[in-house]
Amino acid sequence: MTEEISSVVEVDDQEYIINFGPQHPSTHGVLRFVVNLRGEVVKNLQPHIGYIHRGIEKMCEKLTYQQIIHLTDRMDYLSAHMNNEAVCLCVEKALDIEVPERVKYVRTILDELNRIASHQLWWCSFGMDMGGQTCYFYGLRDREKILDIFEETCGGRLLLSYNTPGGLMWDIHPNFQQRIKDFIKYFRKKLPEYDKILTGNVILQERTKGIGHLSLEDAISYGVTGPTARASGFSCDVRKNYPYSAYDKVDFKEILYTEGDTFHRYLARMEEMRESMKILEQLVDNIPAGDFTAKMKPVVKLPEGEYFQRVETSRGELGVYIISKGDKFPYRIKFRSPNFCNLATMNLMASGFKIADLIAISGSMDLVIPDIDR
Amino acid sequence: MSFSFDIYDFTSFTKWIDVSLTSYCTPFWAMIWEMLIIGVAILIFYAVVGLFLVYAERKVCAFIQNRVGPNRVGPYGFIQTVADLVKLLFKELVTIKKADKFLFNLAPFIVIIVNFMVIAAIPFAKGLHAVNFNIGIFYMMAVSSMGVIGILLAGWSSNNKFSLIGAMRSGAQIVSYELSVGLSMITMVILAGTMQLTNTYDPVTNQVLVHGIVDLQKDGWFIFTGHLPAIIAFVIFLIAGTAETNRGPFDFAEAESELTAGFHTEYSGIKFALFYLSEFMNMFIVASIAATIFWGGWMPFHLGHIFGDWVSGFNNVMDYIPPFVWYIGKTFVIIWIIMLFKWTFPRLRIDQLLTLEWKYLLPINLINIILMALVVLMGWHF
Repeated sequence: MTEEISSVVEVDDQEYIINFGPQHPSTHGVLRFVVNLRGEVVKNLQPHIGYIHRGIEKMCEKLTYQQIIHLTDRMDYLSAHMNNEAVCLCVEKALDIEVPERVKYVRTILDELNRIASHQLWWCSFGMDMGGQTCYFYGLRDREKILDIFEETCGGRLLLSYNTPGGLMWDIHPNFQQRIKDFIKYFRKKLPEYDKILTGNVILQERTKGIGHLSLEDAISYGVTGPTARASGFSCDVRKNYPYSAYDKVDFKEILYTEGDTFHRYLARMEEMRESMKILEQLVDNIPAGDFTAKMKPVVKLPEGEYFQRVETSRGELGVYIISKGDKFPYRIKFRSPNFCNLATMNLMASGFKIADLIAISGSMDLVIPDIDR
Repeated sequence: MSFSFDIYDFTSFTKWIDVSLTSYCTPFWAMIWEMLIIGVAILIFYAVVGLFLVYAERKVCAFIQNRVGPNRVGPYGFIQTVADLVKLLFKELVTIKKADKFLFNLAPFIVIIVNFMVIAAIPFAKGLHAVNFNIGIFYMMAVSSMGVIGILLAGWSSNNKFSLIGAMRSGAQIVSYELSVGLSMITMVILAGTMQLTNTYDPVTNQVLVHGIVDLQKDGWFIFTGHLPAIIAFVIFLIAGTAETNRGPFDFAEAESELTAGFHTEYSGIKFALFYLSEFMNMFIVASIAATIFWGGWMPFHLGHIFGDWVSGFNNVMDYIPPFVWYIGKTFVIIWIIMLFKWTFPRLRIDQLLTLEWKYLLPINLINIILMALVVLMGWHF
């Protein structure tokens, strides 16, 4: 194996090659980095992907639009609701359907709940990557409250599949609003705990400040999106720039930093959790009455043409591109997944830093591997 | 000599064993028997403390992390670690292709042997210690630093790059932090004026021949009598000791999230268990040494007579608590502090670790030694 790799990668006699993954505790999935090391210093890094490729895009070509929703859950499983919504919005756009206001509000609320849950899981696994094992349990403890809300309304905890083209599968649970209000009250108290145990820790700050710098130019030219790009100063929030669902009705701040290092990618996500709570507070009491779905035919056939819709998932911009020949199946569907583009910058950021920094940087990217491979 | 067992002073008990053995056999065989008894006693102590520490660590980290911890096997999950040990005993011992088999198998034993050698010198209670050197502290420092050889061997012989990185990190780390541990202990040796751990008495007149560090803390533990320099030395010892044991924020040799399991990645079954156990015993040893040289070891908490005459009553009350309880109590308080480190802080980076040692701890330590020498010379200590 080593001979095979060394023929591809240039290695001088001081360097050696090591495989991080596909089975490694810090790649959070089956991602493999082939890393050239000189002592502890990373000289070159090649991500190898495809270990969890399931051919979702190809499978979609033989599935109806309602069925596709359930596959999109399996891409970025931590922002399952946003993935569902992306396909739904694209189909609705193609059919020129106006969904009821109630649907828009509920979708936005679930988006933000999902974003908080995703960032909580990122926070706790980032803490674990840095060696602070206690963070993991703090994060999961609070994430459980959101999953309970999901379970009650959507039926699923991780893979929600609550959206359907035209609206929602069924109406929200009567407890929905009250539980969200309880959660916000609870989490406002718990979030400072996160800062106490990790953000304010001098070891964490020393280890992340100035590490893994990503410049604004690189962020734009590599197509980096999400909190990773916003930490470098690239204003790319789809919710702000191209509002969908109820995002045009809420007031929130796009978190922007200019430093672009690991610590500011960390801060960007922490601040996003606060912003998400603000959005939730604005929406939760104002869910309008009405239907939970627009009137849809049982078989959805998209008119011939090409359609594109993007949403902001917890990791960046997810684009759905559908080519339809007028069938009930798409002729071709393409997902522009945020993690795939973000991953491309790993070599750029990690080269020249140490092994421990490589782990911190890949942790701060918040990669979800099934979203890279699809 | 009739049987006598005094929980406050084990001298008569050990003497009784010695006398009864020599009455049955020649002095040579009596010595062999004594060595065996001590060996078995230390082995049992080692196993019991090791198992208890694994349980304690699980419970402590569970309480910090809002969890319950082991609670199914036995009352409060108390024999969970025994069950785990049985599991590890029956697991397959995987041998790696192209691994250096001899060194690979030798490494866990070196780590364990080093532990035993240090434990032999620790005074557990009055009259309860295996050996009592005139260079006790020096012996402990010298022997405990040999544990790194086992780790280096494990990493080198595993034929695994992750193991090798872990071993090299560990080498750099322990060699550096050995300095801080040694210098902070020397600070206390300056205050004590001896390297011996417990008193030696003249067998006939029963007079003190050489003062021991523990007995010198009769009127107040060194952390109080040595005040400022002793406290500085204690803090440095705690930090460096945590680093020495490859634990907490300094677990570079393992570094789970970076190197999967570092130097013991390729070990399985009971060989892994030996490494695991030795890590906990290292923590116990560091805590024991800290308790002995800073907090008085088995010496009860005594107030000096500068507070007035009423202290003798207070001291008497303290004396009713057996010395072994004092020793275990102090050791476990320090172990608890070391556990809190691990479950609270994120890991440092290897260069930050070395920076901390060479740029901060070492200079502070050197100044602290001078300060302590000054305190002792001028008689500013209590």
